[in-house]
Amino acid sequence: MDLILVNLIDGLVFGLLLFMLSSGLTLIFSMMGVLNFAHASFYMLGAYFGYQISTALGIGFIGGLIVAPIIVGLAGAAIERYGLRRVHQYGHVPELIFTFGLALLIQEVVKLFWGQNQIPYFEPAYLDFALFSVGDNAIKAYKVFMIFISLLIFGGLLYVLTKTRIGMIIQAALSYPKTVEALGHNVPFVFMGVFGVGTALAGVAGVIAGPALGTFPGMAFTLGSIVFVTIVVGGLGSLWGALVASLLIGWMTTFAASYNVEMATILQAIGFTEPEVLSDSSFQDLWSLTLPQIGPILPYLLMVLILVFRPQGLLGKRES
Amino acid sequence: MSVASTNTRKYGAVTLGTLMPWIVCALILLILPQVLDSRGQLTIMSQMSIMIVFALAYNMLLGQGGMLSFGHAVYVGMGSFLCLHVMNSSGFSSIPLPILPLIGGLFGLGFAMIIGSFSTRSAGTVFAMITLGIGELMAACVLIIVVFFGGEEGISGYRDEGLPFFGLDFISHIEVFYLIAFWLFTSAALMFLFSRTPVGRMANAVRDNPERAQFLGYSSRWVRFVSFSASGFFCGIAGGLSAILFEIATESDLNVAASGVILLIVFLGGVGVFWGPVIGAIVFILLQTVLGFQTHLWELYVGVIFVGMVMFFPGGIAGLIVAHGVAISLGKLNLLIRPYLTCVLPGIIGVLGLCGLIEMIFHVREAPTGEYEMTLFWTDLNTHHVWPWLIFGGIALAGILIARNQAPVLKEAWAQANTIDGEPS
Repeated sequence: MDLILVNLIDGLVFGLLLFMLSSGLTLIFSMMGVLNFAHASFYMLGAYFGYQISTALGIGFIGGLIVAPIIVGLAGAAIERYGLRRVHQYGHVPELIFTFGLALLIQEVVKLFWGQNQIPYFEPAYLDFALFSVGDNAIKAYKVFMIFISLLIFGGLLYVLTKTRIGMIIQAALSYPKTVEALGHNVPFVFMGVFGVGTALAGVAGVIAGPALGTFPGMAFTLGSIVFVTIVVGGLGSLWGALVASLLIGWMTTFAASYNVEMATILQAIGFTEPEVLSDSSFQDLWSLTLPQIGPILPYLLMVLILVFRPQGLLGKRES
Repeated sequence: MSVASTNTRKYGAVTLGTLMPWIVCALILLILPQVLDSRGQLTIMSQMSIMIVFALAYNMLLGQGGMLSFGHAVYVGMGSFLCLHVMNSSGFSSIPLPILPLIGGLFGLGFAMIIGSFSTRSAGTVFAMITLGIGELMAACVLIIVVFFGGEEGISGYRDEGLPFFGLDFISHIEVFYLIAFWLFTSAALMFLFSRTPVGRMANAVRDNPERAQFLGYSSRWVRFVSFSASGFFCGIAGGLSAILFEIATESDLNVAASGVILLIVFLGGVGVFWGPVIGAIVFILLQTVLGFQTHLWELYVGVIFVGMVMFFPGGIAGLIVAHGVAISLGKLNLLIRPYLTCVLPGIIGVLGLCGLIEMIFHVREAPTGEYEMTLFWTDLNTHHVWPWLIFGGIALAGILIARNQAPVLKEAWAQANTIDGEPS
């Protein structure tokens, strides 16, 4: 029972982290109609900038948490303005390829400045203690802090998008850009702003996830494809779908990693008998399969199944 | 004009003119290994040839069918793994080695038909995402299913245990190169012929306007499925060739990074022209070996070139070459020489200056403490002096400013070279 509770908390942390990335990505998708492959690269930039700012400028972790996302957001807006907008005229496939190239490029630039190895980016000392414990498992204050920040951002995003005038204009510009433009709003500017805010959100996720998951040049690609899976499973362009899918995938991977269900037990339960010498059997891999082993690929399996049987995603309305 | 004359000529007619490029390519493939015959050169050329087969097969999807795949290395890898299993089996001694790529191709075809049966339902983002998912799944399966994929160390075998083929046992590198060159030529010709068949033409139609193709009575899904399967077949051939050349297959042959590399190669070469991917593969392997030998940062430079290509020349290198066709046919190419010298040349020098700065940053960060000396562009310099930074910064700034300043002249000359005399532009 304790283990379930701990896993629920861990899964929630990971799910909300995914949501911070997928919310921005799904907003950007609904406005430009293209998946931003470089989205997770902005998350990585957030982590590196957070580290650099908090150590070099000496304004501490909170300072990095505030300044780094702003820089990431500005960089994102600049890339939309001078890169994506130019590529947009060539069509969707070149746009997708552009963001793919950008992801490669950002990774190489990060390697140039910070090197190949993981950098020593840790949670601040004042959050590095056990807040409470479930049974024998201590829950660190930093995890609670991550949940708190994610929920704060989700609330803020929801408030801005549904209750304020800016949010109304954004929502209108997503569905009827021509009409909104005719009403006198600068739609390209709105798009640039949404792109900037989306990447800034990814930056926030990077700053708070960097200490927890490690800050290294491969972090963008490890999380990047999972983020795609999330928004595809949730339904492209659907914010609520992104939330549901993020939590689903967060819990799915966490639970799969901590329960050592062996295929052998299942096979024996159905009535098969384990071969005496396993290494001679051509089914040896099936017998030695465990749940933690296939945990990391469960999201991809889910995505392929969703795309085959429900291409619009869990809560999505339109097909691609 | 030349465009009109192609249309009036009987469609698909075989003339010496249309066969000429193929004859030249065959001669190059025959002569090249006699000239560049060291072991390293032969290996690089064999690697290039395999890449070309893969790139052409990938362009059947991306360029001719408009389908963006993020997991195409899977079919190469599957072909490669199967061929190695054949090489390790007892029946290998009754199979001549040159047949082996065909077995890989058939396996690639079968696997692509299974995946294609559900992934080709739609093009665009859904297709791209399914291929990404399959790519990740297969890469993970390599590590889980040890019986077939051999886990982390992969599967290895020996190519010389096959049935001798007219006395050849393919131990020497030059024999292997000729074998690969034969398959390169055959598959390139077959892929070119495929693009001229009705279904190849329909792939273009479905790429440009699937709805209209549907109204004409063609099933877009079926056309995409056929392209996808054919592409899988040629990928499998590339996989079989790679199994013959390297005698090993591992996870890195079919993971998502390998699929990313082929996308980069094909786009760099140019998706719009049949021979674009050929150029892409040659240029990429050259960059990888030559540039990779000179600097640790070659991936950064390749990334910059790639992003710049997508932004400014989406037609790739082949697109750039084709764009000069009009100027050549009008006999006005000489108009462009001067602006190229005054604009593009300073631009290149400026970019090299920028590269110098980047190399110095890298050296300052990576070199062991106390080591300040480095060699850059055949000169020794001290990275902890201010002068090298000023000089390289100055070259970069001056070169790029001159290029910017001269850009309107180039634009003007380009417009001139592309208009017929006497016509108001």
